Amino acid sequence: MKIAITSTGQTIDSQVDPRFGRAAYFMIFDTYSMDFSAIENRSIDAAGGAGINSAKAVIDTQAQAVLTGNCGPNAQRTLSAAGVKLYTGVTGTISEAIELFKTGKLTEAAEPNVQSHFGMGT
Amino acid sequence: MFSRTLVWVPEMSDNFTIAVASGKGGTGKTTIAANLASYLTEAGENVRYLDCDVEEPNGHIFLKANITTVENITVDVPQVDLDKCTACGKCGEICQFGAIVCIKEHVMTFEPLCHSCGGCRRICPADAIGKKPVEIGRISVGKAGKIDFVTGKLRIGNVRTPSLIKQVKKHITDDCISIIDVPPGTSCPVVEAIRGVDFVLLVTEPTPFGLNDLKLAVGLVRQLGLPFAVIINRHGIGDERVEQYCQSEDIDIAMKLPDDRKIAEVYSSGGMIVDLLHQCKKHFAELLDYLECAKEKLNEKRRLRI
Repeated sequence: MKIAITSTGQTIDSQVDPRFGRAAYFMIFDTYSMDFSAIENRSIDAAGGAGINSAKAVIDTQAQAVLTGNCGPNAQRTLSAAGVKLYTGVTGTISEAIELFKTGKLTEAAEPNVQSHFGMGT
Repeated sequence: MFSRTLVWVPEMSDNFTIAVASGKGGTGKTTIAANLASYLTEAGENVRYLDCDVEEPNGHIFLKANITTVENITVDVPQVDLDKCTACGKCGEICQFGAIVCIKEHVMTFEPLCHSCGGCRRICPADAIGKKPVEIGRISVGKAGKIDFVTGKLRIGNVRTPSLIKQVKKHITDDCISIIDVPPGTSCPVVEAIRGVDFVLLVTEPTPFGLNDLKLAVGLVRQLGLPFAVIINRHGIGDERVEQYCQSEDIDIAMKLPDDRKIAEVYSSGGMIVDLLHQCKKHFAELLDYLECAKEKLNEKRRLRI
């Protein structure tokens, strides 16, 4: 399955970006083929709706799970509508996050863990 | 006392809109706007005061208007007919605010983010998007003595400030002087409130904070190409830098209201300083003289344009 991890850079050694809507990149990782690619987040400077549009971008990659630091209510609602699983509170590098996911050490978030606009201006 | 205002020729009465704005909050916009409205009225002018600081209107505290009508203001947000929707996703592509998005077979809307541009409705090839009104706030209209009083109040939690300000400004008519109490700052609500006015008064205080925010406000009014002047409130505190800045930028100072405990006392009890303090009348008379010249210059420009 494909998973999307918010990332500050484009390699698997990059740190997990603590923001979902305004993450620098989404690292798309395929757990079967072990392929990964980084996609740039076009919503990083959006005036509004960054979470929703980021969610839409992630959903379009066919990812079935999102690993991030924090996720607000609009993004959570959008991901949830597409049946994408959400894991918040993830820190460390991309490879560490993938490892945590693969070994089942992450717990799915049922609710957003931050308010709207949490990631703005940081 | 009002004899000097006789030079305010009758034609001045119509069609002049003054916005009282400031970069920094708490500099005295409402004090200036309400007292200017009152002073002009006493001078025999027809005046309409419009409180466009819809997030926290406070003109009513000073003008104590008798409200006669209250209007609910709504804006349209999309309502999707899921039976007609083909999930093509065009609505989500056109929306710049993420207020409507197509996720797989579902179209989701986020009403608080919608700016009511109607783009989704127009682009929908299946004609599946209708409109639904949502209330964003209220506009109260009444009389404060002889002053026509209009005030907008945004619903708590709503962010559609410019939309409501636009509706408040629809109450401007060309048969009187309109005074707009503008929200503080330099963001979208301020742009909406001062757009199209004839003159802007930027109220500031002679402090480093006042100066910093004045510079931002000057940048904004210059960008919008509006004639403006500065009012220094609480003159005497702080330092000379606001005046030095105005001088170096060739900006007129239309009035300097001194830092005076008596003014603060009248203000704190909700009173009008032009009614109760003789010295304030003098300052407002000077402001009126200044505005009269500004209006004359504007008329001159208008004539030249015609």
